[in-house]
Amino acid sequence: MALLLDIASWALLSIGGAFVFIGGVGALRMPDLYTRIHAASLTDTMGAVLVIVGIMLQAGLSLAAVKLAAILLFLLLTSPTASNALASAALLAGLRPSGEVAADEEQSK
Amino acid sequence: MIVLFGVFLLSLMVITALAIVRTHHLFVAVILTGIFSLLMAANFFLLDAADVALTEAAIGAGISTVLFLGALALTGEHERANTSNRLLALSVVAVTTLLVIYATFDKPRFGDPLAPVHQHVAPWYLDKTAEAIDIPNVVTAVLGSFRGYDTLGEVFVVFTAGIGVLFLFGARPSHGSGAGAGAARTNTTKPGQGLRHYLIPRVVGRLLIPFIFLFGLYVQFHGDYGPGGGFQAGAIIAAAVILYALLEGEEQALRVLPHKLLIGLMAGGALLYGGVGVAALLLGGNFLDYSVLAADPIVGQHIGILLIEAGVGITVTGVLISVFHAFAGRRRY
Repeated sequence: MALLLDIASWALLSIGGAFVFIGGVGALRMPDLYTRIHAASLTDTMGAVLVIVGIMLQAGLSLAAVKLAAILLFLLLTSPTASNALASAALLAGLRPSGEVAADEEQSK
Repeated sequence: MIVLFGVFLLSLMVITALAIVRTHHLFVAVILTGIFSLLMAANFFLLDAADVALTEAAIGAGISTVLFLGALALTGEHERANTSNRLLALSVVAVTTLLVIYATFDKPRFGDPLAPVHQHVAPWYLDKTAEAIDIPNVVTAVLGSFRGYDTLGEVFVVFTAGIGVLFLFGARPSHGSGAGAGAARTNTTKPGQGLRHYLIPRVVGRLLIPFIFLFGLYVQFHGDYGPGGGFQAGAIIAAAVILYALLEGEEQALRVLPHKLLIGLMAGGALLYGGVGVAALLLGGNFLDYSVLAADPIVGQHIGILLIEAGVGITVTGVLISVFHAFAGRRRY
């Protein structure tokens, strides 16, 4: 059972790490702000959730697991909100998504 | 492993510091300062200084970033072109750096049990806390009781800083309190309306504010048993109120916590702290000697620490919220 938990935890941590890595690469490589936010929010949601659940499996049924669950809950509430606020602030400041500009230009032709 | 992680964090901090120096965009610099504080907090935590880490995270990464952004809203986003003598500055920095590096050669090794700091009063504090004060968190015992004078000084520093900012920004209560909400309304420009048109941040923020308050109160009153205390709790509660002001508009926040009340909080916390000291004097003890506050000296210590921590928390909350309003309430020139 302990071995099974370790394997599951190991798998979750690696997949979470992979998501964080993909998010980091995306935040650097994506073409404009909105796609970068999309990539970076991957680290906050999938990456963080998988890593924290992986640590929770290691912690077992203890106070630490409850604390991790609380962190997970608040992270799931705040991170997407922060991404949303960032994107809407950018939109309000007049930054248009690059794809949309192209579509607008095609329409105006 | 811990050393490796510490080196990693410290390298990230050096990179962040270089980026802060290099950037000319002040907005970027402010955000980087917040990241720097967060890395510092992680580093403190790595060194087992949970109390300091909590303070750094709450004040350094949280409140001061918001205050910096408030200040930026009053000035510009770009650094002024530097015209001063760079060579002179560079040589001063280089000499200082070399001196500091030279001084570190005399420093005891990291974690050395024979270091002077572990030989002086620290063992005495660790021995005496259980016997004289009987609370698990030695940091709170040192901060609240053994070195109560220093903490009183710190509270007055915070109080003075708050007064200073209010003076500099020409605090409004002199004419604002008389006219009441009317004066506040005319002073509120469009940005002061908060995020009323942003639905998602508003809903989530409203959901979180009570929990932030609850956590602040936990940190305040759990300081005897775990990391925490008045300074951290004050910053967390102030953060909750500032979040409220950002979401609902400054005007609404001022209606909940008016200027007069905030100034009362600022002074009241410091007065409460000093008052505990005077009460100890009147009961026949020394200034800030809590043992005389109750029949049992240990209970007296507990009461004293609870009261002074409350004083610290009240003052810090009042000062931080007032400073935020001082920045946010001022129109851009």
